Amino acid sequence: MSAPPAAPRPSAATAVRRFLSPGLLFALPFLALFGVFMVWPLVQGLWMSLTDRSLSAHVPSFVGLGNYAEALGDGEMWRAVWHTVLFTLISTVPLVLVALVMALLVHTGLPGQWVWRLAFFAPYLLPVGVVSLLWTWLYQPDLGLYNHVLSAVGLDGVPWLSNESVALWAIALATLWWTVGFNFLLYLAALQSIPDHLYEAAAIDGAGAWRRLASITLPGLGRITGVVTVLQVLASLKVFDQVYLLTKGGPNGASRPVIEYVYDVGFTGYRLGYASAISYVFFALVVVASVAQLTAFRRREK
Amino acid sequence: MTSTELPMCPAPSEAPRRMPVRGAGRRPAFATGTNLTLGSGPLARILALAALAVLAAAWLLPLLWALLTSFKSEKDASDAAHWVWPGGGFTLEGFRTVVERGDLPLWMFNSLLISTAVTLVTVLVSAMAGYAFSRTLFTGRRWLFALTVAAILVPQQVLIVPWFQQMLTLGLIDTYAAVILPQTVMPMMVFILKKHFDTLPRELEEAARIDGAGHWRIFRSVMLPLSRPMLAAVAIFVFITAWNNFLWPFVSTSDPSLMTLPVGITSVKDAYGIQYAQTMSSAVLAALPLVIVFMLFQRHIVKSVATTGLGGQ
Repeated sequence: MSAPPAAPRPSAATAVRRFLSPGLLFALPFLALFGVFMVWPLVQGLWMSLTDRSLSAHVPSFVGLGNYAEALGDGEMWRAVWHTVLFTLISTVPLVLVALVMALLVHTGLPGQWVWRLAFFAPYLLPVGVVSLLWTWLYQPDLGLYNHVLSAVGLDGVPWLSNESVALWAIALATLWWTVGFNFLLYLAALQSIPDHLYEAAAIDGAGAWRRLASITLPGLGRITGVVTVLQVLASLKVFDQVYLLTKGGPNGASRPVIEYVYDVGFTGYRLGYASAISYVFFALVVVASVAQLTAFRRREK
Repeated sequence: MTSTELPMCPAPSEAPRRMPVRGAGRRPAFATGTNLTLGSGPLARILALAALAVLAAAWLLPLLWALLTSFKSEKDASDAAHWVWPGGGFTLEGFRTVVERGDLPLWMFNSLLISTAVTLVTVLVSAMAGYAFSRTLFTGRRWLFALTVAAILVPQQVLIVPWFQQMLTLGLIDTYAAVILPQTVMPMMVFILKKHFDTLPRELEEAARIDGAGHWRIFRSVMLPLSRPMLAAVAIFVFITAWNNFLWPFVSTSDPSLMTLPVGITSVKDAYGIQYAQTMSSAVLAALPLVIVFMLFQRHIVKSVATTGLGGQ
C-alpha cells in the first residue's frame, strides 16, 4: 500500500514532509468505510435503477432507462414530488422567520434568558418517535390540546391529520415546533457577533429602534440567513420520519413525500429497481436545489 | 451513557464565556441601551416580553400537557371533561405499565450501544482521515478529499435501497452491524476535522518530529490532546445524530429486540393505540435520557450543534 512519493507541491513548501505513505494509512479506515458504504452503494443504486428486480427473485433483468420512463408517467410519483416541494416551502419560510423573531426577542437582553432558550431549543432534543407520539396526541380530534383550545375560543375543531388538505400543513406545524430551536441558535450566535460599536454609533446619530433593526441588525444577519435557508431547504426536502409516523403519508397519500414513496415502492412493494430510480430522481432534486441556492447565495455575497 | 465520554470533554479553553447562548454579559450591554436590537424604551421592553411569553408558552405547553397526561389514569386521559386536570388524581400507573412491559429499557440499551459504537468509530476514523488530509502528503490526496467533500451532498435517504440490498447480500440484516456500519460514514465530520487540524500550529508538530516521533505519535500525543474541545463537539453531534436517526434503523431491523428507541417507541402507539396515558408515559421516559444529558452539558451540546453546523431533521 506504499504510495510513490508525491512531487513536492509549492503550496506545501512550508513543511518538510518525509513520511509519505503513512498519510494514506491514516486515511485508509475512513476511505474503506467511505468506499464500501457510500461510493459503492451510489454506483450499485445507479445500476439497480436500470434493472427490474424484486426482493425475492434474485435474477434482475436489465431494463435500461425503463424505470425512469415509467417514473415520468407515474402520477403518484409526481404527486409525492409535489408534496415534498410544498412541504419544503411551507416549512422553510416559518422555520427561518420564526427563528429570526425568537432570536431577536431573546437577544434584547430581557430577564429569564435560560427559560426562553430552553423553551425554544428543548423540542429539538426529542427523538422523532417521541415527537410523533406527542403530536398525534395533541392533534387528537376529541381529546387533543389544540381542538380543546379552539373550542375554548369558540372555534370548530380541525381534523388535523385526517383531512387531505390539512394533513401536510399540520405536519409542517409540528416540524416547526420540533426543529426551529436549531435555527434559533444559529441566529442567536450571529446576533452576538454584530459589533456593539455599530449600535453605539447609530444611537449617537439618533437612529431609532426600527432604523437600527433595518440598517444594522438585518443586514448583519444576511449571511446567516443564507446559511440557515440553504440548510433548511435541504433538510425539508429529505422529510420522511414525521410524515410516516404521523399520517403514514395519508389520508389517501395526500401527505406522502418522495422518500416515503421510495420506501413504499421498495420495501412494501418489493420493487427495488424502481425504488432506486425514484431515489435518483430525488437526488437530482436535491442537487438542483443545492446548486441553485449556492449560486444565488454566492451572487448575493458579491 | 455519554457520561463515559462527556465529562472528559474539558471546558472549552477558547473563551467559553463568550458562548452565544449563555447570555452572560448581556445585561451590562443592555444597561447602556446600545445593542438593544428592538428598542430600549419601557414600552418596547414590555411588548418584547409579551411576545416572548406567548411564543414560549406555545412551545412549552405541548410538553407540559403531555407530561400531565402521563400522570393520569387511562380513564381520565380519554375523558374530554378532564382534559386539563385528572378527575381521579395523579397516578404512576402509566409509567408502571410501561416499565413492566420491559421493552423500553431494551430499546434504550440498543440506542445507547448503537450510538456509542457509531460515535467511537466515526470520530476515530474521521479524525485520522482529517489528519491525513491536513498534515500528510500521499498520492491522490487532493482528489480523495475533493470526493469526500462532494459526498457531503449525498443524502442518506438516497442510499437506503442499495444499503438494504448490500446488507441482504452480506447476510447482515437484523444485526447491530447493519445498523451501525453505514452510519459511520460522515464526510462532513472529516471536512470539519481537516479544517480544524489546518488551524493547529505547526511548531509543536515539528518539535515532536525532531524528537523522532512518527505520524502516529504526533497524532496521538500532539494533535488529539490539542483538539479535545473540537473532538468533544464532533462526538456530541455524531452521538445525537445517531441517537435520533430513524430511517435506516427502521429499514434495517425488523426484530423488535434490535430496535432503537426512535423506532421502537413508534410501535407503542400501534400496539396500545387508545392508551394515551401509557403512550405519553413512554414518550416521557424515552425523552428523558437526552433531556438529562442536555441539562448537564447544555453548554457543550449547544456549542457542538453550532460548531458542527449541519443538523435539522
